[in-house]
Amino acid sequence: MSANATALEHAHDDHAHHDHHQTFITKYIFSTDHKMISKQYLITGLIMGFIGIAMSLLFRMQLAWPEKSFTIFEIFLGKWAPDGVMDPSIYLSLVTIHGTIMVFFVLTAGLSGTFSNLLIPLQIGARDMASGFLNMVSYWLFFISAVIMCSSLFVEAGPAAAGWTIYPPLSALPESISASGAGMTLWLVSMAFFIASSLLGSLNYVVTVINMRTKGMSMTRLPLTIWAFFVTAIIGIVSFPVLLSAALLLIMDRSFGTSFFLSDIYIGGEVLHNSGGSPVLFEHLFWFLGHPEVYIVLLPALGISSEVIATNSRKPIFGYRAMIASILAIAFLSTIVWGHHMFVSGMNPFLGSVFTFTTLLIAIPSAVKAFNYITTLWKGNLQMNPAMLFSIGLVSTFITGGLTGIILGDSTLDINVHDTYFVVAHFHLVMGISALYGLFAGVYHWFPKMFEGKMLNKNLGYVHFWVTAIGSYAVFFPMHFIGMAGLPRRYYSNTAFPYFDDLADVNMMITVAAIVTAAVQLVFLYNFISSIFYGKKGPKNPWKSNTLEWTTELKHIHGNWAGELPSVYRWPYDYSKLNEDETEYVIPGQDFVPQTVPLQENEEEMNH
Amino acid sequence: MTVFLVLIVIILFAVAIWQMNKIYALSKGNSSGESGEVANEKDNRINAKLMVMFMVFLYFLMFYCFWHYSKFYLPEASSAHGGKYDNLMFISIALIMVVQIITQFLLHFFAYKYKGKKGQHALFYADNDKLEFIWTIIPVIVLAGLIIYGLFTWSDIMNFDEDEDALVVELYAQRFNWKARYAGEDNILGDANVRFIEGINQLGIDPSDVDGQDDVVTQELHLPVGRQVVFKLRSQDVLHSAYMPHFRAQMNVVPGMITQFSFTPTVTTEEIRKTDYMQDKMRTIQEIRKEKSKELAAAGEPALNDYDEFDYYLLCNKICGESHYNMQMKIIVESQEDYDKWIKTQKTFEASVAQ
Repeated sequence: MSANATALEHAHDDHAHHDHHQTFITKYIFSTDHKMISKQYLITGLIMGFIGIAMSLLFRMQLAWPEKSFTIFEIFLGKWAPDGVMDPSIYLSLVTIHGTIMVFFVLTAGLSGTFSNLLIPLQIGARDMASGFLNMVSYWLFFISAVIMCSSLFVEAGPAAAGWTIYPPLSALPESISASGAGMTLWLVSMAFFIASSLLGSLNYVVTVINMRTKGMSMTRLPLTIWAFFVTAIIGIVSFPVLLSAALLLIMDRSFGTSFFLSDIYIGGEVLHNSGGSPVLFEHLFWFLGHPEVYIVLLPALGISSEVIATNSRKPIFGYRAMIASILAIAFLSTIVWGHHMFVSGMNPFLGSVFTFTTLLIAIPSAVKAFNYITTLWKGNLQMNPAMLFSIGLVSTFITGGLTGIILGDSTLDINVHDTYFVVAHFHLVMGISALYGLFAGVYHWFPKMFEGKMLNKNLGYVHFWVTAIGSYAVFFPMHFIGMAGLPRRYYSNTAFPYFDDLADVNMMITVAAIVTAAVQLVFLYNFISSIFYGKKGPKNPWKSNTLEWTTELKHIHGNWAGELPSVYRWPYDYSKLNEDETEYVIPGQDFVPQTVPLQENEEEMNH
Repeated sequence: MTVFLVLIVIILFAVAIWQMNKIYALSKGNSSGESGEVANEKDNRINAKLMVMFMVFLYFLMFYCFWHYSKFYLPEASSAHGGKYDNLMFISIALIMVVQIITQFLLHFFAYKYKGKKGQHALFYADNDKLEFIWTIIPVIVLAGLIIYGLFTWSDIMNFDEDEDALVVELYAQRFNWKARYAGEDNILGDANVRFIEGINQLGIDPSDVDGQDDVVTQELHLPVGRQVVFKLRSQDVLHSAYMPHFRAQMNVVPGMITQFSFTPTVTTEEIRKTDYMQDKMRTIQEIRKEKSKELAAAGEPALNDYDEFDYYLLCNKICGESHYNMQMKIIVESQEDYDKWIKTQKTFEASVAQ
């Protein structure tokens, strides 16, 4: 360990017994403590999630009952819903902002931000993040970006409406859609803040994992959660700056008359001066982030489910090293598959072939992960806690959604399902629902760690899981079929074509399922809020887990451990390990061996 | 039908919630000394059962969707390459459904079978290189097959050779409609750029280019059957995408560049109207529309217009503004003779400018 870290340790040893003098502001608002910051991320993420899901209900209602009048539209959309009928342009805004909020604010910041912050120091045995200050700045930049994004909803000409991928020229020219004026500007500014926040956070995670592991915590003794967060942070550092550059160039095109993405355009009765740019360039830049982003969203969820499944199966995760190798392979491949979003963009067909190849390659590590999860369940002693259910649910949706990726990743097959509801079904299952399940699994599992031992009500958790599980399949599975019927996404209504009239029933059923599924999230919300205040206190290590975070006291203290930092003697997955004679568990009567327990007599050493 | 479907969904959910409530009530009674919010043996048992029920639900849902919704899949492809496309699609779907059925079974069955019980020991089973190898190599082989098949088809479709008698057509996208420009007698499209747009010359054809004088601009896309068409796509304002699902064809239309796609239509509009698939579909749609019209009439609104004949269509499939959802063009596939007759009635660029 570096001298720096040792010094830090001493400093904290002094503090450990008499708490810092903290005012309300330093404790709850401008906190530099990773545990508080993680809660801030989670709560902000949940609020954004609430907004994002509410939006999806609004546009789902329009799709099920096209151009019907609803009082609820009048209330929420105001002038955008004259007589309660949704306006086509606000429909586009809703899908755009729904996508943006869910992908970036909920599943990136809400998921990775929350659990990287909470778990990295606690699971590697560190007092805090490498830089508590940067960590605080990172959260507040995220907060600013969330505020800006929300404020864009109230702009006169409407929030951004060019799709969450904001392809120019639509996003560059207010002449093409009024929402590309102030609404788009705020979108871009908000994302710039978001990217800065994400970069500061990611750098911090990487530095912390590399430098601040406690004694004995080698890389191959890290829980898979940490591996996932670590690699996610690296992908973020590699790809987010590219989105920033795309956003900057777009800002230039919008405001300073450059032509990076614009050429030969006639709009609003006149020819624009722009020439020589190409929207395809923007698509490349956007998806260079956009695709790794999928894994930025997904890997933390997979990390969380690895940990939760192993703990609740009372078994080691199967193929620990293979899991790490898959994470690394996915991370590497994720940066060279972006072109599969652009098979029909007009780029050279040869590039399409290359991207098909790399895309289908990424199915291999994904398959390995799925099989390893299933094998981990095999011959386990499964404890059906809500977190475990959500993790199993994740594996299920990850498989279902991942498999249709084989169709979309094949350039030939993509031709006819590109930008249809087939795509919508695919990515909602594989990254939307799966990552949300990961988020929920994490919240149910680590809630006691966040709120000083208080636990979420398990029965409400069961209701939450089962209704969500049924509902999300009912929403997204039938969607594949309307996609294969050739129904394009982002259509305000499908009634302009009599040809699609027979799909109306399916759309209605999907919307009903979506409303029910969203409603049951209120159960979770109630559970979450009431448990923060009135939750039953559980034991120190409620899930009988091996990892370090459960060795800390229930009460949060700055520096996490009161005395010395714990030392680590083994990997985190010694569940149900038998002694050398195979007569009894390593620790008699206890089916788990925490990482802090040294090698026992009569125990076979593993190479971890 | 609609009401029935919605009812089924609502009832299913109601049953689910009712069941949950029962569990809730049941498990509240006995937390048997253990810490309250950690799953006890009873929770394990109930949730394990629910896992099986969920698996049944999932299989039912998949079966239901394939049974009732696979009719939504587009009719047999009306283009020469479309058969290969559909073939690849069916192979892929069959393959992934096999994997889906097996893996979902294993996942949920294991979750049921190995539910936690007091005194049950989990097996400490951390690694097995052979297994890992097997489930790495199987996807590798299967995917390799798919990739190779897919890539051959892809390069057939995209790196097409232009036949000598290929018909060159420009598809021109502007918010929110499509136009087609035929190359005329010389089969060469005249140069064009948005900077030439003026008055009647909406496509910006270069008036000084000789090749463009015989070009024909139309609102409908007529294609002769059995003859290769090479589409040159051009946009006037923002990104669009020319999506012709029945021909398994799609290409983005990008301002500032000309993209291209090619296919050979094989089924005329008349022919596809007569297929069983289309007749069934039209009957269903007409019934739906009749019913809706009745509802509308009851509310004092005008009835829906009739939809008695199917026509191929071209859709915009890249978000392009408020009316994106209604940016379409009719496609008519007909015999060469009919096509020739039709094109003769259309004005050339030269003629329309002279007017």
